Amino acid sequence: MSGTYLGLPSFPDAAHTSTHDTQLRANLTHATHTIRTKRATAINELPDWPQLRTAGAAIKDHTLHHLDHYLLQLETAVTNAGGTVHWATDADEANRITTHIIHTTGETEVVKVKSMATQETGLNEALHTAGIHAYETDLAELIVQLAHDKPSHILVPAIHKNRTEIRDIFHNEMAHWGRPAPDHLTDNPTDLAEAARLHLREKFLRTKIGISGANFMIAETGTLVVVESEGNGRMCLTLPDTLISIVGIEKIIPTFQDLEVFLQTLPRSSTAERMNPYTTMWTGTTTHDGPKNFHLILLDNGRTDTLADTTGRQALRCIRCSACLNVCPVYERAGGHAYGSPYPGPIGAILTPQLRGTTTPLDASLPYASTLCGACYDVCPVAINIPEILVHLRERVAEQGEGHRAERAAMRAATWLLDHPAALSAVERAASATRGLHPARLPLPGPAKAWSDARDLPDVAAEPFRAGWKKARGAGGAPRKDKDTPR
Amino acid sequence: MTHPAHPIRPADPAGSSDPATPSSRDRILARVRAALADRPGSTAGAAGAAEGTAPADPPIPRDYARAHVPDDPASLVDLLATHLADYRAHVHRCTAADLPRTIAELLTAHGSRTAVVPPGLPDGWLRDAADVTTTIGGDDITAAELDRIDSVVTGCALAIAETGTIVLDASPDQGRRVLTLVPDHHVCVVRVPEQVVASVPQALPRLDPVRPLTWISGPSATSDIELDRVEGVHGPRTLDVVLVAPDDAEQPGA
Ligand code: SF4
Repeated sequence: MSGTYLGLPSFPDAAHTSTHDTQLRANLTHATHTIRTKRATAINELPDWPQLRTAGAAIKDHTLHHLDHYLLQLETAVTNAGGTVHWATDADEANRITTHIIHTTGETEVVKVKSMATQETGLNEALHTAGIHAYETDLAELIVQLAHDKPSHILVPAIHKNRTEIRDIFHNEMAHWGRPAPDHLTDNPTDLAEAARLHLREKFLRTKIGISGANFMIAETGTLVVVESEGNGRMCLTLPDTLISIVGIEKIIPTFQDLEVFLQTLPRSSTAERMNPYTTMWTGTTTHDGPKNFHLILLDNGRTDTLADTTGRQALRCIRCSACLNVCPVYERAGGHAYGSPYPGPIGAILTPQLRGTTTPLDASLPYASTLCGACYDVCPVAINIPEILVHLRERVAEQGEGHRAERAAMRAATWLLDHPAALSAVERAASATRGLHPARLPLPGPAKAWSDARDLPDVAAEPFRAGWKKARGAGGAPRKDKDTPR
Repeated sequence: MTHPAHPIRPADPAGSSDPATPSSRDRILARVRAALADRPGSTAGAAGAAEGTAPADPPIPRDYARAHVPDDPASLVDLLATHLADYRAHVHRCTAADLPRTIAELLTAHGSRTAVVPPGLPDGWLRDAADVTTTIGGDDITAAELDRIDSVVTGCALAIAETGTIVLDASPDQGRRVLTLVPDHHVCVVRVPEQVVASVPQALPRLDPVRPLTWISGPSATSDIELDRVEGVHGPRTLDVVLVAPDDAEQPGA
């Protein structure tokens, strides 16, 4: 991953700061609880949710297990449909290819659809260095960009800003980027959205290059899929002459039919809607409809390392719905920035250390940014066993000699993160102890009640992580060589 | 399918042209195969993995429901109307004979003086909209021109009742994707019951994936500011969906 987030404090230190930000905590609590409640309602409409979840996991696993086959099939299909496929081993290469394509067109401006892949590669900064202005067009990404800030949530990246802060950002910054905010802009969300509409429409109508990621790539047909709400995605995918899509190699699904699973599970898990307002699908280029040139950049950037880890590879199933963020007690208190990566929350705690390795204090601390309560696993629409991977990664960190430091740091963090760390640790132990009984609910009092009331138990770790960690540390051994190279 | 000329070749622009240096493509594929060495029956190491049929694995368990609602045409249309309205589309019902008048009324109600239509819109749909200037949105219309037009009127490929979704596939009665994107008001006509399916699994087999597809569920919306829902950040702020039944169909009570 890029240097964008390097040099940030480790999770406990960052969390220590953010948990003292009462505004941030209030915004986050409101947001995560609202989305969480709505999501449960949306999912209850589908009695076959467990089957959809199983099918989604199986499709993704099958694809990952034959990733070379499907990548080549996709490449052929995209090429036959008039697109050009590029391969990028890391962030720098993806950014170089993108910059080269843009330079060849002679353009110096691009409009962007919200894309975590390009946050991961630090594309905006790379383009800036190359003299290219990249405009974020998702409302929240626009807010974050204008504020010289970073996203803090996968779905609602500016959730840490309230309406008054947003009004001030628009008022102070829009004029530096294009059309200024209207005079006397209020902090009414409708007025703020209108200001963004006018500011960005000017850019959509003039900009010749669009940059996107994709939610899915269909190997069989070469079709790319972007789901969104605002229509800025449709603008970027339809209006420019040239479209560049930068997509992680794990985003493949084999067939068009497979969308029948994910177009049911993704919107309901993500925004708690039956369907997101807009979905755009395009296959290469189409005469007279949409961009004349289409470039697909397939991004590795640590994904093949993740694939090589037989426990950790299930993280590559992730469809970035963000449901796990909204149920995570640690995320709710710490906020997205503390994770020091475009991927916050439980998925960030397992994906980032796998993509980047665990050599920095930040990355080594991420597997500890969890209570192992299992709520993330419960809600995940592709059944990623996040607690299992967390424990696995903690072992890895312990093996490489970071154990003492990370453990101490995690305990320090817990003091700030959790109102009742002792109770939570009791929950872990209780959960493990009762594993053989397979209870449907844990009737625990105190802070554990909120989640024990609302969830079924996942497969519980065989032992609390501290016990496991001690055992793993006792087993000692040299650091593993296979995974933790910096990249 | 034709291959338009591309100025950029699919190669690493900064990379070496030395054939002894593996390309990034080769490196990634080799890393994928090495990463999958634990997979019995995986394609690891198989040079010709792209050829042939899909890899054989245990079949994907597809015991999920094909639909969650009874497959009765009338109730599907009602459900579609309910779910469209849930996401703040405006739903209207009429018979084929009444369609031109309904469309004209919707344009008037929106205050539209100009409208764009796809080249293959059925004859007569705008017959009653005499005071609206109509433009045919052909291959050459630009986004800047569309930005000055009040409304767009189209058909659709199908509609999905469970999710309240209309799907456009760029057929002649729907036109290019840009037509339904830039104007602020979209009137979309759904022929009921024949264009209504129950669910996403029922919709996909009726669609051609290689056509440019746009799925629309309610108007453009954002919840980015304190999770307050605001309609229309970029796409049309107003979506009118007209459910048009055959003339001999029994009309539900208002
Ligand atoms: S890990 Fe699961 S719940 Fe979290 S974002 Fe990914 S798919 Fe969603």
